[in-house]
Amino acid sequence: MKREITFTLNDDIVSVYVESDEKLLDVLRYKLGIKSPKQGCGRGECGSCSVLLNGKSVRSCIIYAVEIDGQKIETLEGIQKNGITKLQRSFVEHNAFQCGFCASGVTITMTEFLRKNPYPKIAEIKEALSGNLCRCTGYKSIVDAIADATKEGE
Amino acid sequence: MTDYKYIGKRSVRIDGLAKVTCTAQYTDDLEFGPNLLHIAVLSSPYAHARILSIDTSEAESIPGVKAVISGRDFSQKFGLYLKDHSIFPADRVRYVGEQVAAVVATSEKIAKTAIKKIKVDYEPLQNVQCALDAIKKDAILIHPDLGNYEVVPWLYPQAGTNIGHIRKIRKGNIEKAFAEADYILEDQYHVPHVVHAPLENHIAVALYDYEGRLTMWNSTQSPHTQRNILASCLKIPHKNVRIIAPYVGGGFGGKAGISMEVIAAVAALKVQGHYVKLRWNRKEEFENSSQRQELFAKIKMGVKKDGTIVALRHKLFWDVGSSAEYGSNVVNATGFSAIGPYNIPNVHIDSYAIYTNRPPCGAYRGFGYSEFHFGLESHIDRIAKKLNIDAVEFRKKNAIKRGDKVAYGVEMGPTGLMECIEKVAKKIEWGKETKSDDPDKIRAKGFSIVWKAPAMPPNESSAAFLKFSEDGSINILVSGMELGQGYLTSMAKIAAEELSIPLEKIRVEHPDTDRNPYEWQTVASHTTWSSGNAVRKAAIEAKNRIFDTVSRALHYPKEALYLEDEKVKCKEDSKFELPLRDFVINGIQMKDGTFRGGPIMGTGIFMPEFSSAKVNPETGQGGYPNVHYTTGAGAVEIEIDKKTGRIKVLKMAEAFDGGKILNPELAEGQIIGGFMQGLGTALWEEVKFDENGKILNPNFTDYKIPTALETPDEMYPIFVEVPQPDGPYGARGIGEHTMIPVMPAVGNAIANGLGIRLKEVPFTPEKILDALEEKGK
Ligand code: FES
Ligand code: FES
Repeated sequence: MKREITFTLNDDIVSVYVESDEKLLDVLRYKLGIKSPKQGCGRGECGSCSVLLNGKSVRSCIIYAVEIDGQKIETLEGIQKNGITKLQRSFVEHNAFQCGFCASGVTITMTEFLRKNPYPKIAEIKEALSGNLCRCTGYKSIVDAIADATKEGE
Repeated sequence: MTDYKYIGKRSVRIDGLAKVTCTAQYTDDLEFGPNLLHIAVLSSPYAHARILSIDTSEAESIPGVKAVISGRDFSQKFGLYLKDHSIFPADRVRYVGEQVAAVVATSEKIAKTAIKKIKVDYEPLQNVQCALDAIKKDAILIHPDLGNYEVVPWLYPQAGTNIGHIRKIRKGNIEKAFAEADYILEDQYHVPHVVHAPLENHIAVALYDYEGRLTMWNSTQSPHTQRNILASCLKIPHKNVRIIAPYVGGGFGGKAGISMEVIAAVAALKVQGHYVKLRWNRKEEFENSSQRQELFAKIKMGVKKDGTIVALRHKLFWDVGSSAEYGSNVVNATGFSAIGPYNIPNVHIDSYAIYTNRPPCGAYRGFGYSEFHFGLESHIDRIAKKLNIDAVEFRKKNAIKRGDKVAYGVEMGPTGLMECIEKVAKKIEWGKETKSDDPDKIRAKGFSIVWKAPAMPPNESSAAFLKFSEDGSINILVSGMELGQGYLTSMAKIAAEELSIPLEKIRVEHPDTDRNPYEWQTVASHTTWSSGNAVRKAAIEAKNRIFDTVSRALHYPKEALYLEDEKVKCKEDSKFELPLRDFVINGIQMKDGTFRGGPIMGTGIFMPEFSSAKVNPETGQGGYPNVHYTTGAGAVEIEIDKKTGRIKVLKMAEAFDGGKILNPELAEGQIIGGFMQGLGTALWEEVKFDENGKILNPNFTDYKIPTALETPDEMYPIFVEVPQPDGPYGARGIGEHTMIPVMPAVGNAIANGLGIRLKEVPFTPEKILDALEEKGK
């Protein structure tokens, strides 16, 4: 069953026909050309498909597209549309990622987290990051980059 | 020490911005238009069964289905070293998850619906799930035709058995040495199968066009090797097979060689003119890409009272799964090196590749060295303890030195092993006890040393093209893969150093086998060394052309010219400087209006011409199978909760002799990342099979990989630099080595803390608690 949904995608209003069993991740990637969320597991386990739904990070691989009708979705494309953020710059400077496949999901999760907790402790960063799997880095470079970007007084 | 401007200096990686902004495109990010067709694969539910019949008629009749393919169409054998793997099996399946048939359809959904309509009639056969059973005399044969398979001359499949290869090493007089030893320890160690778990699953897109060209976009570590395998297997001229390799979302050896890409390739042949895409889901990635071999190791070591190791018998029984096409070389490589980084005069090694009805196994970061170091380095600690010698001192006493003979008779090259040991011991504060305030928590330290050589055919090679543009920037074309290790940045730095060009003006292009020159594969921690040498030669050739042009046009002696800050300068005329951008494309104009020069380019190739795999099959002596060894050491401080059995790593230190570290920050990233991957295999990771060969944990809920919460608070990556004479600026690889010390170091720490010796990884809380209970009895 196809139906049309309309939602806000990175400040634009978009309409798209979706099947009732189509996942948000697939609609974003294959119908709307939004390639930043990646499929790592397809089961909500790795966090690489994370996007912001009304400001909250969710795993787009386990959300049905029909559910987001009338809602607001933000992806990395939206977050960086006015230039790269301070967090992203810190990721670049710290060589935070290796293969880079987890980068979008990590950035989304951390963007949400830092909005709530702009000056986190290292342990809090690790905790907030623990739902995002990264096989390459051992996380230290990512944590260091976040810590550096959120130093108090900056 | 030479003062370099780029080499060894900190910098941000040249692909950093692309990755942070998702500008980096992985295979699934590429667009192929609405005509793209999708492939779904029917996999075997049996670990071992005869295929009696396949009926695809109902699947073919579904609207949207363009083709159904199986072993009736494509049963060709392929393989990197031993051609024992079929594109689709014609007569029998050998593991749960093996591809039996595939559907090409207009959507993934239709393709998936259609595979359910394929009827396969199987006759189940007895299946073998353990290598130790598979080598028994009466074991059912997994490859009855093993004797007829094509194989490289330096591997020895044993027809009529389940043994795909045996590597034997015989050095000295082992019996006499054991007879004269003061103390002998003999025991067994076990390392189960684990998976690579890159975040990006395997994916392949293929087009077979009406010109008869097969083009593929693959997530791969081995574009040229894939081209070669596909061209020879499908009988298409090499020039008509083109592999394009976009960014890869993690490889770790799992994307070395070829696996599911063969399915996409033959599917494309069936639907000429259409793009077809095949992407594995996470379950398929577990079941049907490749895994790390399981190892059962038997070690017997003899020592003198003073702590000198005199004899080692090391038997390695490797479960390579149902295919040894790649894994046979893991078995081979470890056979040559299973003495570890020690000077041992009398050695007897047998390394067996054993077929079972498990998924094919192949390259995995460390190429077998992690697995055998676990047993060996556990054994070393136990012997040291028995002799009442400190574990670090015992290692130092026996550590291999430059000029010592390795097991196959070749002299050990330059090594900073001793310095690595000392630096790690210092950083981890070896010998200093620490205590937890909680009486249930025990703190302890464990140590390990390691070595590893790149495992490669003796004629592996790398090539590079380098070309200038009008503004003096350059593009480097190579075919190594950026897997995250920082390959692009290393190659750029080498060119920057030789040509005095800043990193911002250098691009390194991803492989496209039509355009980029040859690279064997991005494996074995060899690309910094091998591809780096090729890039350096290309840069030197370009530099020569630059000097040649300037010398011909302006009559400066060539020998007096040098490059600095993107300019040609002359030792004999301090006022002369000519910016590269003024002439590298357009040449230098003469008084009469003519020009000299032309586009500046350079090419470079590298092959280790001293390497040879020709050895005596009974002794392993007589060749030069390994180009060099990278050595190192690692240690951990852990805290064990005696109530829960949980282990937490508080502190780690690892040191490696990288010869010359080109990118310190990225190399540190290799140590941290490799350590955490190693920690996964030490504490949690294990592929679990049921008795019929079905994987019980093919997802990240049941197969845990490390998260940010498990990272130690203190991590100390350390480098030692004893130059590799034939490496670029003295560099040798370190990428894989970083994983190797972890399993034994943690195991040794547990033994030091609790007095229990676990001979099997992972060290789960259950195993710790069981062992404590056993000890308490
Ligand atoms: S792909 Fe969505 S959580 Fe892994
Ligand atoms: S950088 Fe590769 S998965 Fe995170």
